[in-house]
Parts: sequence; C-alpha cells; structure tokens
Amino acid sequence: MATTEQLTAVPVVIGGTCGGPPVRTRRRDRWWRAPAATVAFLSAFVAYATWAALENRDYFVGAAAHRDLISPFYSPCVAASCVAGARGGLYLSWWAISPAILVLAVPLGFRFTCYYYRKAYYRSFWRSPPACAVADGHRRYRGETRFPLVLQNLHRYFFLAGLVFNVILTIDAVMAFRLPGDGGIGVSLGTLVLCANAGLLWLYSLSCHACRHLCGGGVDQFSQHRVRHRLWRLVTPLNARHMQFAWASLAFVALADLYVRLVASGVFSDPKLF
Amino acid sequence: MTAEVTMRVWRGEPAGGAFVDYAVPAVDGEVVLDVVHRLQAGPAPDLACRWNCKAGKCGSCSAEVNGTPCLLCMTRMDELPRAEPVVVAPMRTFPIIRDLVTDVSFNYEMARRLPPFAPRPPEANGAYRMASIDVARGQEYRRCIECFLCQDVCHVLRDHEEHKADYGGPRLFLRAMELESHPLDTADRRALVRDQLGLGLCNITKCCTEVCPEHITITDNAIIPLKERVVDAAYDPVAWLGRRIRRRTRRPDPSPLPAADDRSPDKPASGVAGRQ
Repeated sequence: MATTEQLTAVPVVIGGTCGGPPVRTRRRDRWWRAPAATVAFLSAFVAYATWAALENRDYFVGAAAHRDLISPFYSPCVAASCVAGARGGLYLSWWAISPAILVLAVPLGFRFTCYYYRKAYYRSFWRSPPACAVADGHRRYRGETRFPLVLQNLHRYFFLAGLVFNVILTIDAVMAFRLPGDGGIGVSLGTLVLCANAGLLWLYSLSCHACRHLCGGGVDQFSQHRVRHRLWRLVTPLNARHMQFAWASLAFVALADLYVRLVASGVFSDPKLF
Repeated sequence: MTAEVTMRVWRGEPAGGAFVDYAVPAVDGEVVLDVVHRLQAGPAPDLACRWNCKAGKCGSCSAEVNGTPCLLCMTRMDELPRAEPVVVAPMRTFPIIRDLVTDVSFNYEMARRLPPFAPRPPEANGAYRMASIDVARGQEYRRCIECFLCQDVCHVLRDHEEHKADYGGPRLFLRAMELESHPLDTADRRALVRDQLGLGLCNITKCCTEVCPEHITITDNAIIPLKERVVDAAYDPVAWLGRRIRRRTRRPDPSPLPAADDRSPDKPASGVAGRQ
C-alpha cells in the first residue's frame, strides 16, 4: 500500500481544453446589481465619514442643550482641540488635526480586514471576481499571499481593539440618559440612537469570524472545553448573520453621527421621550 | 398547442464545439436533466451527459445552466425564463471530454495531496470513543457529495490556470477542515494547506457556498475557520509566543503518542507535523 509521502509526490496533471465558448460569463441575470449596490453604499459611507471626520465641529451636544450626546466618529475625544465636555481627563495635547482621525483608524481597520467586507469589496471594487461564474477582472492574481493583503490575517487584533471602542461607545450610550437641566435622567431620541448604535456595534463585533474562532473555533474536543463550547454555540448563530450586522452597524454609525450633528448645529432639538 | 422550450446545448470535444439548439415540448414538473434525457431519446442520441441518481445525491450531473453552475437534476425548468433558450454547457473549469462531460480527475489528484485521517491510539479495549458534541460540527462537512460545483465556480481555478498546480480549492479546504477539527485526528496540516495547497489564494468571495447543492456553508464554516487556524500557526505573534512559553514549561508527557512511523501506513506526509 502506498504511503502518504508517496502519494504527495504524484504530480497533478492539469490541462486540456475547457468546454463552452470563451466568454466572460454566460449568466443572463442581473448579476451586476449586488456589486453595484456595494460600490454605491460603501462609497457613500466613505465620502460621508471623510467629510464628517474632517469637519471637526458639531459632534457634541452638551449641557447647554440639556443633553450629553457625542458622535461615534469623535468618541473617545482625546485631542486638546475637543470641545468642552466631550473630552475626558486623558488627551493628546500635541494632536492638532481632527480627533476623529484618531478614533476612526481602529474601526476602519476592523472593517477593512473583516471577512465579510473582504468579500464585498473584492467583488465590487476589485472585481476578483465581480460575481460567481463571471470572469475575474485581473489577469494576474495572488490572493492574500503577499504584502499588503497578507496583513488581512491580523483581523483578530483589530477585533480586540474594536472591543475597546465598543465599551467606550456603550458608556456614551449610558451617558446619553443624562439630561442635565431637563429632568436629570430620562430618554430622548438621541439616547435611543446612541443605544441602538452601540447595540449594533456589539452584534457586529460578536458575530465576527475572529471572535468565533477565539471562542472555540480552534478547539477539536469541545467535550474537554465546556466553557469555550458554550461561547462558540452562543456566537455561531450571530456569525450566520454577520453580513446583516455589518451593513446595519455601518449605516447606523453614520446615522448616529448625522443625528448628533444636526442637533449640535441647531437644525432641530433632540426631543425628550420620557 | 403545446408550448415549446428551446434547449441550447454545448456539443463538442477537446478539438472544439458549438451550441446546438433543440426545440422540445415543455412538460410540467421537469428538471433540466429530464429534458436532456428526452434529447438523448430523440434528436440527439449521441449527446454525452454524466448522471446517476437523479436525486441530487451522487453529484454526477454537474454543469452550467444559463451560466450558473448547478446540478442538472436539481434545476427545475419552470424556474428558468421561458422567453429565451435554456443554455446548458459543461463546467468551465475542467477539461472537456465530450458535450456536457468534463474530466474532473484534477480534484482526485489534488485530494491525494492531503494527508489522510491520522487517529490517536485507541483505548485499551481497542475502541475509539467520541462525545456527541465533538462530532456534531463535522457532520456538515460530511454532507459533501463531491459534485465539484464549488471547484468549478471558484475563480482561482476557473480564471487562473497558473494556480491550478498549487491551489486545492474549496472542496479540498472543506476536507482539510473536516480532518483538522476531527476530535481523534493528530496530524497538523496547517503548514501544508498554507504552503502547498494555496489557502492564502482564496479571497473568500463565497461563490462556493452559493452554488453548493448540499447547502454546506463552505466559506464560513470551513475555509474561514481553517484560515483562522493557519493564522494561529503562522501569523499570530501572541499565539507564537504562547507556544514558546508552553513548550518551555511543559512537563514530560508520561504517555507519549507513538511516533509517526508506528502509525503506518497512514503516517503524516512531509510538512505535516503532529499536534503540539
């Protein structure tokens, strides 16, 4: 009987003429709709986030308006230029440009290396491939084997760093229950917006494939690791909805910024619900 | 008057071929394979088509209908647009033998590269015992019927001939994950799937999952977990440091596993280590 070593030495013979006409695709459905929608949505988000990050104003609604609302793009506000009330005790006195640049680096890295977003932008922006059974848009292909795309393998570190931001944004959501000068503690529409934003970010993070692996993906014998099995069982159903959480949390973080921005700039006041 | 449907079927051999149109009466409840059989019984008795169970379980009748990889026996005619001809072509990724039949031996040759199951020694009574929660995850992997639609649709194999020699494809990664996560297996194939089977070439665009007739979540439940295990072994500096520290502090194992040679004939291949 042949050993495995002998088997691995067998050369793989590949070749021959493929069947069918040499066309880019034979699909006749509207396969281009999904990548086009992804390009439109992600481009809109990047454009808005860039503008909002560079704007460097109208990101905090403070005690003067009887609220404690901060945009998720600017939290934690750790630059000396942060408006009064938005900044904590610890800040970088030498940081001169918008504090949002500091804040957005980690969440953007987390989303850029996310397994779902990789699928989305490889298909839509890089056309590799644009859709299933549609020819790759590039003649040469190296996948994620070379720099810089080999760095996608560091996704788990962005996941862990992202958890810190989730904690901070959850604290922001709790602080949004403060209505100074308007009853002390209550619920406004802004409170609900920040709570929903924090909740969606937690769902997106906990449904992450790296999270699932760290919980128990690397375990072969769950019977020997009951706690990790329980954690793995908890996050696995979330992982199945990772795409939905990815889009919902991305849209809501922009909506939360827009809401705080509109209230801070005086377009409308944040209505108190109870 | 009976409605007709036009079947546009690829007829050809390695030397070349062309689509040929056949007009046949439309029959309610048919799948594409039924119509192919009617063509064989009528106007095209020499039409070559591989099939066996006609129940979506043997994985033989893989082809592309209207450009989408699918099983002919599981594709209903009434779900296809009637206004246009139904285009039936062989799988694009594999060399054609004749008409709708392709040479899928690439997949079997590639599968031989993957070291087989290497179980730990049995218990004293010769039995292997596994807890039910340990085997539950692997059930999904074993649903694979080897239709190779995932291999056909994978753009690395489909569009990049230069990688066919060093890329296993979704089917092989599924098999690798099945073995890697097996509660009894002792071999470590992570270096092999990274260095010799091209796991890094997969950019997880999930087409394999979309076409799988067994609805195996290939990307999320096999390829990505396998990638994360490779990250543990090759890219994660903290995991590397942890392994170094554990190796220094580990006590001698009182009952070490037998050496790889003792597990002959299925000893791990070169480049395949035992679990650390």
